Amino acid sequence: MLEKALQGSKRYWTWLFVVIGFITAGVIAFLYQLQEGLGVTGMSRDVPWGLYIAQFTFLVGVAASAVMVVLPYYLHNFKAFGKITILGEFLAIPAVILCMMFIFVDMGQPMRVMNVPLHPTLNSMMFWDFMSLGGYLFLNILITRVVFSAEMKGIAPPKWIKPVIILSIPWAISIHTVTAFLYSGLSGRSFWLTAILAPRFLASAFSAGPAILILLCLLIRKISKFDPGDAAIRKLSEIVAYAMAVNVFFVALEFFTALYSDIPHHVEHFRYLYFGIGNATALVPWAWASAILSLGAMILLLVPKTRQNFSLLPWICVMVVVGLWIDKGINLIITGFVPNPVGGVTEYAPTFPEIMVTLGVYFIGIFILTILYKVAITVKEAEAA
Amino acid sequence: MMDVKRREFLRLAGLGATLGIGGKTLYEVVKGDEVLASTAHETHEGTRWAMVIDTRKCVVHDCEDCIAACHKTHNVPTFEDPKRVIKWIWREEFKGAFPDQNHMFMGDEVTDKTVPILCNHCDNPPCVKVCPTGATFKRKDGIVTMDMHRCIGCRYCVVGCPYGARSFNWSDPREAIKDIDPAFPTRCKGVVEKCNFCADRLSLDKDPACMEACPYKAITFGNLGDKESPVRAALKGKYTIRRKQGLGTGPSVFYIV
Repeated sequence: MLEKALQGSKRYWTWLFVVIGFITAGVIAFLYQLQEGLGVTGMSRDVPWGLYIAQFTFLVGVAASAVMVVLPYYLHNFKAFGKITILGEFLAIPAVILCMMFIFVDMGQPMRVMNVPLHPTLNSMMFWDFMSLGGYLFLNILITRVVFSAEMKGIAPPKWIKPVIILSIPWAISIHTVTAFLYSGLSGRSFWLTAILAPRFLASAFSAGPAILILLCLLIRKISKFDPGDAAIRKLSEIVAYAMAVNVFFVALEFFTALYSDIPHHVEHFRYLYFGIGNATALVPWAWASAILSLGAMILLLVPKTRQNFSLLPWICVMVVVGLWIDKGINLIITGFVPNPVGGVTEYAPTFPEIMVTLGVYFIGIFILTILYKVAITVKEAEAA
Repeated sequence: MMDVKRREFLRLAGLGATLGIGGKTLYEVVKGDEVLASTAHETHEGTRWAMVIDTRKCVVHDCEDCIAACHKTHNVPTFEDPKRVIKWIWREEFKGAFPDQNHMFMGDEVTDKTVPILCNHCDNPPCVKVCPTGATFKRKDGIVTMDMHRCIGCRYCVVGCPYGARSFNWSDPREAIKDIDPAFPTRCKGVVEKCNFCADRLSLDKDPACMEACPYKAITFGNLGDKESPVRAALKGKYTIRRKQGLGTGPSVFYIV
C-alpha cells in the first residue's frame, strides 16, 4: 500500500523536501529544548500550558471530525461521501499522531512518557485522553488498512470491519469529550468550568475539520486527476455551516452565563480576552479576529449563494479554520490562566524555539498526510482510468 | 507512609466503578445526607497534619524568616525571573490569598499586608485527582506529596491546583541553589515541586522548618485528629478561615485573621 508513495512527480518530491526541511528545523529546536528545559518556551509559573497543549486541543478536533464523513456514509448510506471517507480517515491519522507529539514535546521529562501506561491512574483525565487517543489511532489505522486494501484489490471489504467502523463513530466523539474534560473538571479554573465545553469543542471541531477537508478536496482536484466530486464538497460545506452556527450559539451561551450571573472570577477571564486587564492586552486582537472571522464565515456559509460559489468557498473555509484555530489553538487555553489563582496577571507569548518546535511537529503531520494522500490519490486515479 | 497495596486495590476498585475521582468514585461523590456541608466528609479521625497561621502575629512584621528557612531546608532554587520562580511558601496580598473574603471597607491593617501561603495539603486534593501517573499522592496522614522520579512534567497538577501552590522547574534547579543541603534531595529540570509539610522533618520528630524559624510564633502545627493537639487548641474559640473553602478541597492550613 505505502509503496505508492515512492513514485511521484518532481513537484511531489520537491514538496517532501520542503516538508523535511521544516521537520529538521523543528527537531533541532526540540533538542535545544530538551537540553535547556522548557524554560526556552514562553510558558511560565502562571501560564504553565501554551502553544503545544493548545495545538493538541485543536488537533483532537480535526481528528474527531473524520466522523463527519464516516457517519453519513456508513449510517445514512450517503453515497457521495464514498469517494472521500478515505480522505477523512487519512486526515484523522496524522491529526491523532500530531496530538500525541504535542503532548510529548510539552513534557518536562519526555523520557518518562511510559510512566502513564505503567502507572495507570484512572482518576486522571489525562490518562483517559492517552487511552482514547491511542484507541482512536488504532481504529483508524485498522479501518483504512482493511477497507483500502480491499478497494485496491477491487473486492468488497470483509463484513467484520463494519462494526469496527461503527465503533469508530462514538470513539471519535469520546476523544474530544475527554479532551474537554481535561479542562472542564478543574474547580480552580473558572473559565473552563462549564458543561458546554465538550459540546462546544465538538461543534468547533465539526466545523474546522470538514473545512480543512474541503480545502484538501479542492487542492486534490487541482493537482491530480482524482475528483472528489461536487456533491461531496457541497454536503461538506453544509456540515461546516451547521457546525459553525452551533459553535457560535454555544459561545453565546457561555457569554450569557458568565456575564449575566456576573460572578467576578468568571467575568474576569472574558474581560481579559476581549478587552484586556490593564496593560495586559496580548490576546485582545486575536479574540476579535477570531470572533469576526467566525461570524463572517457563518453568515457566508448560511447564505446558499455564497456557500455554493466554488471560487468563494475556499476563502470561507480559510476563515473558518483560522477563526477556530485562534479560538482553540491560542485563546481558549491561555485565557484560562489569566488571571492566575491569586489574582495576578501574567501574559504569555511563545518564543522562537517554541514556534519552531510547533511548526516542526505540524510538518511531521503534513509529511504523514502527504504520504497517505499520495497513496489514496494514486489508487483513486487508477480506479477512474 | 503510603500503603501501596491499598492504593493498588483502590485503583482496581475504581475500574469497576467506571470513574474513580482521586480515590473517590462518582457514587461516593454524590451520596450523603448533609446539606451545605462541603466539610462534612473531611478526615477528622486518625492522623491529619494541619497548620494554623495566626496572621495577627505575622502581618505586622515584614519578615520572611519562614520562607528563607523552608527554601534552605529543601534546596529550593532561587530564580529571579517571576515567570520561572519556584516557591514552596511565600507572601501574598490578602486579597490574592483570600479573594472571597476581601472587601473595600476592610482596614488597611489587613489589606495592605501580605500573608504567608503554601500548599494546603487538601483533604480532597485536586492535584492528586489530575496527576496521570500517581506521582502526586496523598499519604494516610494527610500530607500531599510527590514522587519526583515518577513525575513526567506534564504540569496538569499546576493547572489543577486552585491555590497556585505548585512550581515547575523550567530549567536545571541545581544551578540556582547557593548551598546545597545534602540532607534533602535536589530536583532535576522538568519536574513539579511544592511544599511537603516537612514530611522529611516530621519523620525525625522535628517541627516544620517554617514554624521553627518564625520569631513571632505565628505558626502552629499538629494533628487535627488529636483533640489535645496544639492545632486543635489554636483553632478552638477563634474564627479561622481557609483559602477558597467553597471549592470543597478541605485545606489543612487555617488562618486566624
